[in-house]
Amino acid sequence: MLAEKTNTAQQIMDRLSHFAGKVDFMSDATLTESLRCLENLGLPTNKHEDYKYCNLDVILKREFKNIEAPIEKTMDLSKFKLEDTITLVMLNGQFNETLSDKTVLKGLHISAFSNLQTHEKNKLHSLSETNTDAFVALNTAFSGSGFFMRIEKNISLQIPIHILYISNSSTETLANPRNFIHVEAGASATVIEHFVSIENSKTFTNFLSEKLIEPNARLTAYTIQDGGKQSYAVHTNQVQVNRDGHYDNTTITLSGQTVRNNHNVVLAGTNGQAHLYGLFKINDTQLVDNHTLMDHQVPHCESNELYKGIIDGKSTGVFNGKIFVRKDAQKTNAYQSSKNILLSDDATINTKPQLEIYADDVKCSHGTSTGKIDEQALFYLNARGIGKESGTRLLLQAFMGEVTNQLEVDSLKHLVEQRLVYLND
Amino acid sequence: MISIKNLHASVDGKAILKGINLEVKAGEIHAIMGPNGSGKSTLSSVLAGKEDYEVTEGEVVFNGKDLLEMAPEDRAREGLFLAFQYPVEIPGVSNINFLKTALNEKRAYQGLEPIEAKDFLTLVKEKQKLVELDGKLANRSVNEGFSGGEKKRNEIFQMAMLQPTLAILDETDSGLDIDALRVVANGVNTLKTDANAYIVITHYQRLLDHIVPNFVHILYNGRIVKSGGKELALELEAKGYDEIKKEFDIINA
Repeated sequence: MLAEKTNTAQQIMDRLSHFAGKVDFMSDATLTESLRCLENLGLPTNKHEDYKYCNLDVILKREFKNIEAPIEKTMDLSKFKLEDTITLVMLNGQFNETLSDKTVLKGLHISAFSNLQTHEKNKLHSLSETNTDAFVALNTAFSGSGFFMRIEKNISLQIPIHILYISNSSTETLANPRNFIHVEAGASATVIEHFVSIENSKTFTNFLSEKLIEPNARLTAYTIQDGGKQSYAVHTNQVQVNRDGHYDNTTITLSGQTVRNNHNVVLAGTNGQAHLYGLFKINDTQLVDNHTLMDHQVPHCESNELYKGIIDGKSTGVFNGKIFVRKDAQKTNAYQSSKNILLSDDATINTKPQLEIYADDVKCSHGTSTGKIDEQALFYLNARGIGKESGTRLLLQAFMGEVTNQLEVDSLKHLVEQRLVYLND
Repeated sequence: MISIKNLHASVDGKAILKGINLEVKAGEIHAIMGPNGSGKSTLSSVLAGKEDYEVTEGEVVFNGKDLLEMAPEDRAREGLFLAFQYPVEIPGVSNINFLKTALNEKRAYQGLEPIEAKDFLTLVKEKQKLVELDGKLANRSVNEGFSGGEKKRNEIFQMAMLQPTLAILDETDSGLDIDALRVVANGVNTLKTDANAYIVITHYQRLLDHIVPNFVHILYNGRIVKSGGKELALELEAKGYDEIKKEFDIINA
């Protein structure tokens, strides 16, 4: 199913076309192919089934320009930094080595795309498909220089890597940050992908991350989306988990006018595991749309998803979780749950589980719940002298705890909990 | 302490309380007994301020203030405490955080500074002993996964922490075995002073062997139909509620 090609999409292409071909880490063939796909697909509108509730028109109608950000040599990052982590900086979609920590960790290799060896360049784009996904094609055609992270075989990184994606622009900017994270066999790492903006930059961030988890490797990834009120984002994670591999992700959306997450996980080796958690707390006219695809290709894999939303004002939350169990993927265990609290009569949540199961010996289940604040619990708190406001806050904190407790980096957990308490107040 | 006059209340348009009169003074323990559906739990809910109930007539003066005008949290801060018949489980809110918030909101209402962390912990330890509550339970989520007995002990623990002037114990004995009943009653008796008062709502006389009331009232069909001393509870136990029902159904007929 192809989306309608819109004029606005065409305009974006026209505006950006002079940037194409400057991306030296992709082969010419890839670039040409992605441009052709982008032209064929067009950017999706809400007539596209996958984008039914996610109106990107508002993004496409804006005059986002792909600016070549000046390479900042200094910048005060103190308010974004997290204790006991190593910081990498992506500024307006470009990897900025100058601002990144130079700490050397045994077994950790980080290089800008432009410095990659040919065999590494060939890995880029190996997990994602341009011919079906317009945003992947857009990123591929116009991405700035991202980074390639490799964790060497059997190395267990003890310090989390904090990747700061910073938007800093006074004009409407399109950024296409990109990375590839390769966790080699038996290795393990924790990464924090943290999206922020300076002075509420008006940015459309079209992010693409490819994550390859090799046999018996483990990756814990935290995604913190905090681009500010005027930010728009489409984030695509394309993850492959090989035999005995383990992938955990927790995505917490703290701000953003429109945020669309496409989290696609392929369980490609037996005994692979993937756990996805999500949390958003939104108000006004915000829209957060979490789309997940859990592709069970082989037997004996386990996946688990829990997405929670607190929806206030006239905001809209979406959860669409697809679980795909291939014919050979016997003994699959796949669970999925979406829980939401609506705080206003004008708030909306659309949840849709999609299970496509072609194997016969599997355990799959999904559940969804949507409700208001538990009045019984609130009365119990009131009856002990706790007011309506702080009582509601306690109950919401408790609701969110199931997801925030997944954050195992103390400084990050503290930061997120603080932000959540005062969000929308 | 509390003066209830001609209190009428209904839920979903159905009249449940039909003119309750009750006067409780500092230092007193009043027991309210009655058959199922007589309005016992409605009375405690109305006093605590539950929104599902509509007060259609009457007044309640608590320590000189109009209780019915106050929000539930202000009633609590003024010194009213309801020990719930069915304590609510609140997953994700720790007992400790809950109690600290409650205590500090009460203190703020009284114009006091938040309690020092050290003093709070000392208080928790002291009061836990009173109801033999396992220290581990204090760190768990409010009532989550607690046994029936643990929930009731937790209610009395909260009461000990908040030190109300008037406590309403709503069927605190239900779901308790004999040992738990003894522990709960000991806690309640230890907390009794000349300055505070209890309203003990119960179906059975056995709780009143442990918490001895000054007055016993029989609630039937939304009214207090008989009042007396503690011997009234024994009489009721011997005769059963059917006897009472017969007696008053004839009068009402």
